Amino acid sequence: MAKILIPTPLRQYTGKSDSVMVAGATIGEALGALTTQHADLRKQLYNDEGKLRSFVNVYLNDEDIRYLAKDATPVADTDIISIVPSIAGGRYGD
Amino acid sequence: MATDLATPAATLTQEENLRYSRHLILPEVGVEGQLKLKQAKVLMVGTGGLGAPLGMYLAAAGVGKIGLVDFDVVDHTNLHRQIIHGTKDVGRKKIDSAADTMRDINPNVELVKHEVAITSDNAFDIIKDYDIVVDGTDNFPTRYLINDACVLLNKPNVYGSIFRFEGQATIFATEGGPCYRCLYPEPPPPGLVPSCAEGGVLGVLPGIIGMIQATEAVKLILGQGTTLVGRLLLYDALHMKFRELKLRKAPECPVCGNNRTITKLIDYHQFCGVPDPQAPPAAPAKGEIEVTELKEMLDRGDKFTLIDVREPYEYQIARIPGAKLIPLGDIPKRLAEISRDEDLVLHCKMGGRSAKAIGILKEAGYTRLTNVRGGITAWSEKVDPTVPKY
Repeated sequence: MAKILIPTPLRQYTGKSDSVMVAGATIGEALGALTTQHADLRKQLYNDEGKLRSFVNVYLNDEDIRYLAKDATPVADTDIISIVPSIAGGRYGD
Repeated sequence: MATDLATPAATLTQEENLRYSRHLILPEVGVEGQLKLKQAKVLMVGTGGLGAPLGMYLAAAGVGKIGLVDFDVVDHTNLHRQIIHGTKDVGRKKIDSAADTMRDINPNVELVKHEVAITSDNAFDIIKDYDIVVDGTDNFPTRYLINDACVLLNKPNVYGSIFRFEGQATIFATEGGPCYRCLYPEPPPPGLVPSCAEGGVLGVLPGIIGMIQATEAVKLILGQGTTLVGRLLLYDALHMKFRELKLRKAPECPVCGNNRTITKLIDYHQFCGVPDPQAPPAAPAKGEIEVTELKEMLDRGDKFTLIDVREPYEYQIARIPGAKLIPLGDIPKRLAEISRDEDLVLHCKMGGRSAKAIGILKEAGYTRLTNVRGGITAWSEKVDPTVPKY
């Protein structure tokens, strides 16, 4: 089971949990397990074509998966996956 | 930064020797470093939460010339975090209030006030005379604008941003280093990520992140230590944890990559899909009503259900009488409570979340939907000033 760290803006979709343990041999499988457990997260993380949104980055430990094997990046049990969305500290959208 | 021994900036006065004495005895700074600071020109965009510690520490450190960009006015909701402004400054221009505080800390610093919103039309003119830009803004359009302008002008951009208990900091647009678009090619669509005004922010958080930005700006000027270039620092105040992630220059980056498609400044409000706050307010859109119309409907006793989609803690602060509270996030699982056979009028704080709620209800097959323009904030301003603003 790898640990996925959930950033503050997305915790409303994980029942306020700041981390979720998931099974999965790759990043794609781990995120798939996460969005199966928390279905509301899917729309936040993926666009209509099923691709990761461009303001959401995913890291395996400290490396951006775009520079590893993206969704196919292998995940070990001791790995930590971070979801890091862009934040502006702003006033739009309220 | 070339040193010209003939200019007064190339020496320290007796007062400066005393003022900076704890810098002067640091081997990493010394007289040479202090003179670099004295000759440095830093532009701070924003004098709010991040700008407060930035402005105070950059002035105290003896940065020779500091430009301030802001067009906002101090209000009460700023005071829990924007410590460069005091209670006495409420109603004043932030730029004046910030400059007064900075001048009090260090009268040697030359302060340049740019009392404008930074835009694609003026960004190059404002930025070109500075060595370093520090981004203390609060919205995506300005962040992308500052990024692109810094990349195109070759100026380092010391970046920080905050949300609730979390902050991010790094340095973009150094020679050979990554930029903001390498990290995030595009902004989130409006409303998908809640803003500070909606989500709240711990008052000390911008203090920490702004001071990290100030530290990095000083290090860039001194040429000392290891900067945050190529590293994204994440700070979680709630768990008091710092983490860092690798930040790489993206070969496909549209502004600093191998095949550049952005070679001049663009329309950043359009890029981010948000209205330009400088533009005159548009007429109410279809399916929207003004708060004054809502008041008339309530007074006439029209038959409709008013739904407040804010959070319970907001409802505790202020409410419109008769509104039924169903927070935005609860709507999908509480559809059974919402009738399809009557007119529904939805409101939130400013009108954004209720528009999202209407989107959710439309998808669920509801048709009789109206949004209250400007939300309870407009209600407080135009209908009932006894309803608190927050």
